[in-house]
Amino acid sequence: MAIPDEEYILKTTSACAGCPSSLILRYVTKAAGPDTVLVIPACCTSVIQGVYPTTAMNIPVYNVAFASAAAVGSGMSEAFRASGRKTNVICYAGDGGTVDIGIQALSGALERGNDFLYICYDNEAYSNTGMQRSGATPLAARTTTTPAGKTDHKKDLDAIVAAHNPVYQATACAAYPMDLYNKVVKALSIPGPKFMHVLAPCPPGWRFPSDETVEMGKLAVKSGMWVLWERDHGKLAITGASKAAMKKRIPVADYLTRQGRFKGITDDQITEIQAMVDRTIGCLQKEVESEC
Amino acid sequence: MLTIGTGNKAVALAVRDAKPVVVAAYPITPQTEIVEEIANYVADGSMDARYIPVESEHSSMAACIGAAATGVRTFTATSSHGLVYMCEMLHMTAGARLPIVMANANRALGPGWNIGAEHSDSLSMRDTGWLQCYAGTAQEAYDATFMAFRIAEHANVLLPVMINLDGFLLTHITQPFDTVDPEGFLPPTSTPHAIDIENPGGYGTLTTGSEHFKFRWDIERGMRDSVAVIKEVEEAFAAKYGRRYDMVEEYRCEDAEVVIIAMGTLGKEMEVAVDMLRNEGVRAGSMRVRWFRPFPVIDLADKEVVVIDRDYSFGYGGILANELRAKCGCRPFSVIAGLGGQDVTYKDIASFVRMREEDGEYWFGVDA
Repeated sequence: MAIPDEEYILKTTSACAGCPSSLILRYVTKAAGPDTVLVIPACCTSVIQGVYPTTAMNIPVYNVAFASAAAVGSGMSEAFRASGRKTNVICYAGDGGTVDIGIQALSGALERGNDFLYICYDNEAYSNTGMQRSGATPLAARTTTTPAGKTDHKKDLDAIVAAHNPVYQATACAAYPMDLYNKVVKALSIPGPKFMHVLAPCPPGWRFPSDETVEMGKLAVKSGMWVLWERDHGKLAITGASKAAMKKRIPVADYLTRQGRFKGITDDQITEIQAMVDRTIGCLQKEVESEC
Repeated sequence: MLTIGTGNKAVALAVRDAKPVVVAAYPITPQTEIVEEIANYVADGSMDARYIPVESEHSSMAACIGAAATGVRTFTATSSHGLVYMCEMLHMTAGARLPIVMANANRALGPGWNIGAEHSDSLSMRDTGWLQCYAGTAQEAYDATFMAFRIAEHANVLLPVMINLDGFLLTHITQPFDTVDPEGFLPPTSTPHAIDIENPGGYGTLTTGSEHFKFRWDIERGMRDSVAVIKEVEEAFAAKYGRRYDMVEEYRCEDAEVVIIAMGTLGKEMEVAVDMLRNEGVRAGSMRVRWFRPFPVIDLADKEVVVIDRDYSFGYGGILANELRAKCGCRPFSVIAGLGGQDVTYKDIASFVRMREEDGEYWFGVDA
């Protein structure tokens, strides 16, 4: 599938250099096309789109309260459908607005079956407010509120979403636009609630040079710290670069030690993270092979 | 059509007759019957709307915001803790200029748990940019809810409207009331700033201080203009259906020396107290404030004033009393009564008038 030339995120954003969110949003909107409304809770994208009265987006963007994205998306989708319109409703929220404050609204919307796509772009911290820890921050990562490194693991958002049995669920990464693009196209072709979780390596937050966003995403996938997959009506498939990475992975240390946020990580913590990744991939492989 | 039902049922029927496209709601005592009734109307086909059974009140208002943003008529209902839980979204609604209509069953806030009538829930939302109306009867709950859509959606207003009804005292008391033939009263919803795919723009984007300032002024302008719109809509309602309302319902005030002022069901109760006082030779009258936002202009010159508040602003005083002090220049005797559904009879109200003292405050059932 060829990615369209049409741009919906224009060259006037307020994004940081190397911003993964604007990279992701570029392909999400290309996949969705012009008959689309973005619902944006408080997050980096609130800023990226620019300051009133101008906008860097070429589709309508509705900005809403932090905890409310999935509920606003539900109401908007129901209203469009009642009016006979197929307009795509895409909630585009950060990890804080999804795994923390927004999870109740997300859970309710997934359970109700409202027809919309929810995308969580995950930069693993409250980046918009200066890099505080979120429930998606991984073990040992230093943030402004975990200055000695986070002592808890990243919340397993995908398992929580899977428990709601949405019609379509997928992961993606800013470093793999084709995989991301195809998944958004597929998700939007299916009626009902869809969910995508997209890794967004954030240069200022993760403390790596701003020209290494794509490389950092690739390291995440190659190490198995991030696995590209989709679950279509409950059936799991590993996709894109993760198919090769599942067979031969690089050590997680190659990914972790390239980022300033993991400065001070101990060998024990690296071993713990490696074991967790091995276990997660083992579980995914079993699920792929299983019939149920 | 004359029918018999509770205040809740009256609201539900008014919503049915207003034909909203989306209703999103969460059940909470004593509002529950409103959303149960609406869910039934949708299920049996007597109402062609999408009913979204949300997981919280925060989400019910959020879902209404999403729906109203597309330009369709939208309704929700709540009470007490539900209302304060959705407080953030009340600000978002008025800020986004979405003409959502909501019924609120007035109820006390915990702790301790109390489901009785009290205006502390809605009055703590007085600065959110919502218009607020307080119904005194089931008939008025029906009429006010039906009219609220036309007021909220008026091009000069485009602000949300909250119809308040006292928990249990109005929500659960069965009364006769008349429904209307809705044809021709509510114009099609027209939201000039509805999402337009053909002309994409940002809604609620980052604003500078000076732009934000203009938006706040626009809300206030809508609030000020709503006074004329309320009068116009209530006049049109009277012309078409024969029932007449005003922002303040006066009773025997022409020659009154002392005026009792309250809202909601207390406001109806005091009309009986006025008759009783008149029989005793006290030249009493009453004023029932129906619209609290926008706040009405009331001429209280040369009158003694007794205000009954079913609410309180801790550290300051009865909220209605203080609004009247500030806005109308009176020095009322402020009575705090009926909190948590405390019984307040017309005899009690008459006794407040007898014990009045200028600028005093009295807590009924607490003060010795």
